[in-house]
Order: sequence, then C-alpha cells, then structure tokens
Amino acid sequence: MLALKPADTTRYVSSNGGYAIEAHQLSVYYGNFRAIKDINLKVQRNKITALIGPSGCGKSTLLRAFNRMNDLVPGAHVEGEVRFLGRNIYAPNIDPVEVRRRIGMVFQKPNPFPKSIYENVAWGARINGFRGNMDELVEQSLREAALWDEVKDKLHQSGLSLSGGQQQRLCIARVVAVRPEIILMDEPASALDPIATLKIEELMHELARDYTIIIVTHNMQQAARTSDYTAFLLMDEDRAGILVEYGPTHQLFTNPKDKRTEDYITGRFG
Amino acid sequence: MMVVVRRAFIQELQQLQDEVLAMADMVEDALGKAVALLKARDVWGAQRLIADDRLINQKRFAIEAETLACIATQQPAAGDLRTLAAVLEIIGELERMGDYAKGIARITLMIGGEPLIKPLLDIPRMADIAREMLHQSMDAFIRRDLELARAIPERDDEVDNLYNQVYRELVALILNDPRNIDQANYLLWAAHNLERAADRVSNICERVHFMVTGDMVEVEDKAEAPRQLPAA
Repeated sequence: MLALKPADTTRYVSSNGGYAIEAHQLSVYYGNFRAIKDINLKVQRNKITALIGPSGCGKSTLLRAFNRMNDLVPGAHVEGEVRFLGRNIYAPNIDPVEVRRRIGMVFQKPNPFPKSIYENVAWGARINGFRGNMDELVEQSLREAALWDEVKDKLHQSGLSLSGGQQQRLCIARVVAVRPEIILMDEPASALDPIATLKIEELMHELARDYTIIIVTHNMQQAARTSDYTAFLLMDEDRAGILVEYGPTHQLFTNPKDKRTEDYITGRFG
Repeated sequence: MMVVVRRAFIQELQQLQDEVLAMADMVEDALGKAVALLKARDVWGAQRLIADDRLINQKRFAIEAETLACIATQQPAAGDLRTLAAVLEIIGELERMGDYAKGIARITLMIGGEPLIKPLLDIPRMADIAREMLHQSMDAFIRRDLELARAIPERDDEVDNLYNQVYRELVALILNDPRNIDQANYLLWAAHNLERAADRVSNICERVHFMVTGDMVEVEDKAEAPRQLPAA
C-alpha cells in the first residue's frame, strides 16, 4: 500500500494555495441511497470549518468521507474524489488506515479505551511505531488537549474515571498524539455541559494553530462562535445532502447569500 | 417540508419594529409641535414639549433593553440580526431628533413673547420636509423598501437649500439692524436643528439599506454643505 508521505505536504501547500482537503463532485451512497450528492468543498488549512444543516442532510456522512470512515459501513461507496496531500484518498493504492492516522476523528460521545489515561494517549502512537520518548509525547499531547494540569498526577488511573468533558479532551489528546494533519470532530461537545463545551471550543482555537479542524455541529451558535468557515448542507428532493452555501462564518451568519441558508440559520424552518 | 418555527421570536421582532414606529411617531409629532410653538411663541407649550422629551428617551431605553434581551436570548442571525442592529441604530437617531425638537422648544423659551423679526415660512417648511422624510423612512423600514430608502436622502437637499436660504435672510436682517442679532441667532439655531434632523433621517435610510442588503453604504450628501453651527 502506498502511504501518504509527509514530504507531500510541502508540495501540496505550494501547489494549491492552502487547502487541507478538498471534496470534488463527491457523492456517498449507502447501498442504493445517495446520502450526499456532488459536494465540492475546499477546506482551508489551519482553519476551523463547520458543517451545519438539519438532521439527515449528510453533514456527518461528509465528515466521515474525509477520512474514509464510511468504508466501515457495509454497502457504502463513494463517487468523486477527496483530495488530500494532492491525492485522491479513495484511489485504489491508498491505505485507509494511513488516511485515518493523518486525518483523525473525535466522536460525539467521548470514547476513551478502558485503560489508563497514559495508555489512552500512547496507544495510537505505539501502534504507529512511535520510537521516541513516550512520556514526552503523552505529556505534550495532553498539554495540547488542555488536559495535562488536570491529570498529570493520575496518569495511570483509568481514562473512564474522568468527567465527560475531560474524557473528550483525552480523546483529542489521543488523536493529536499521532500527529494528524486534520482533526474531524463529529458533534464533539453535544454530550457535554456548557462549561465543558466552552473548554472544547477554546481548545479548538488552540489546536487550529497546528491542525486543520472540520466540525459537524447541530449547535449553530457553536458553529458561529468557533469556526472560520461554515458550510451549510441541506437535503434535496431525493433526500440527498447537497452543499447549499459555503463561506466565511461571519458572512454566512450575518448576510447569507442563499435564501435557504437564511431560513435555516434564522430558524425559519424545521 | 418547510414549517415556520420560532413564532414567539418572530412576534417579538415584529413588536420591536412596531415600537420603533411608535417612537418615530412621537418624534415626528414633537418636531411639528416644536416649530408650531415657535411660530406661535407659545412658551407654556414649549415647556411641556421639553418635559415630554423624557417620554421619547424612555421609549428609546425600553426598546433598547428589549432588543438587547432579544439578542441575548434568541441568538438572532442574518436578516434578523441585521434588523435588531438597525433597530438599535434607528432608535438612537430618533432620540437625537427628539432632542432637536426640544432644542427648538428651548429657543421658543429664549425668544419669549418678543415679536418675531421675520415671518416664519421656511423653517416650518423645513420641519414639514424633515417630518415627511422621517415618515417615509419608517415606511421603508417596515416594508424593507430599498428604493424608497435610497430616494429619501435626496430630499435632504431641499432641507439644506432652505437652511441656506434662512441663513442668508437672517444675515441680511442682522446687517440691517444689529438688534436682530440675538433672535436671528436663535432662529438660525432652530433651522440648524431641522437641518440636522433631516440628516438623521438619511442615517436611518442607511440603516434600512444595511438591514435589507447586508451592505454598509453611506448616503452621499450632494448638496452644498450647509453652514454649520454647534448642535443644540
């Protein structure tokens, strides 16, 4: 299998003007059902991009298409391309496991392994053959996830002993420990209380310095608060998700160009 | 399927806009009365008008508080957000216009019972135009009428021209008889307040434009800049 070499990053940056990942005419099918249709979306590097839209509009499908997570769904297949580091991640010679290492994912419900805090963070790096100083990597990853100060004295306690918000940050530490380029977040704060939610949002801002973040959220205020760019998806008449509008978040929330976006973000339809 | 949701919020937005209309009515009324009282040299009436300005200010604060509560609790976006932003700006303009009416009433107090040095014709005309502009700007606001919002500020030229005419007449009266200086100064001040009131309407129109389109534009003042005096 052909791995995506880090060396490609430089070439990619210089050749495409700063897009981290791009969907080209992307459709995802579950069996015969087309869940998203002909999506074209260029995600800016080191920015936070929010995917919003009503339930069933395909935003999670699109997010999961960015790291081939849909491969795990029986009957799922894609048409079109997702370009990452200058290559189509769905090309036959691309290793999906390597794609998922380079493009990490944080899920709605915190899902730490039933292992120690330390092991939760070290695990991904270890199976990726990390040969460096593991203690340092764990500390740095926990620091990046803004969790270090809260757990440094109990690294060998179970990850499950943490609060929900801490568990989610542990999952983020687990993702950053393998040094991905992109972090996908699927409703990362929907199971958290408001303070834990704000901590995750604050953390996203910090992470955006080093990573590109794509977040799916049902919470429009969260999208408005946290993201630099917002993509609004909607179901068309065949119930396939289409991209209606994509632009800088401040513009989309103050002066959307499409009436359907306006209706959605002002709560005029449900 | 499209289903209208947020009925309560939509009602709240509607109610706020109705409140702005009510406030504009108060201001329009105050401007008309202020000039009528000046013309009649009705000192008592002027005192009442000065006291009643408080009601306009209270209205402004009430609308502002409701608007802020609406922003804090409803997280408005897009057109709704721009409407609320417009409301906040417009009530500020209206309150200042109310102050201009109060300023004219103060002039009535200062002139007192002394006879006017000239028949008041142009100043009431200025007031009529400014009030008409205000009225139309509220139509543009409620109806989201972009064309009207663009057309209204053009009438500001009429007000500016009348102001310049009043200025020339008053200067002539001063040159004719220096004893006219005080009252000429007062009347010029009244005219200036009306000229400023019309400018405020242009600002309201800019807000309406922003509310409808999302674009910030500045209405150009095409007329010769009126001679300026410090605001009342």
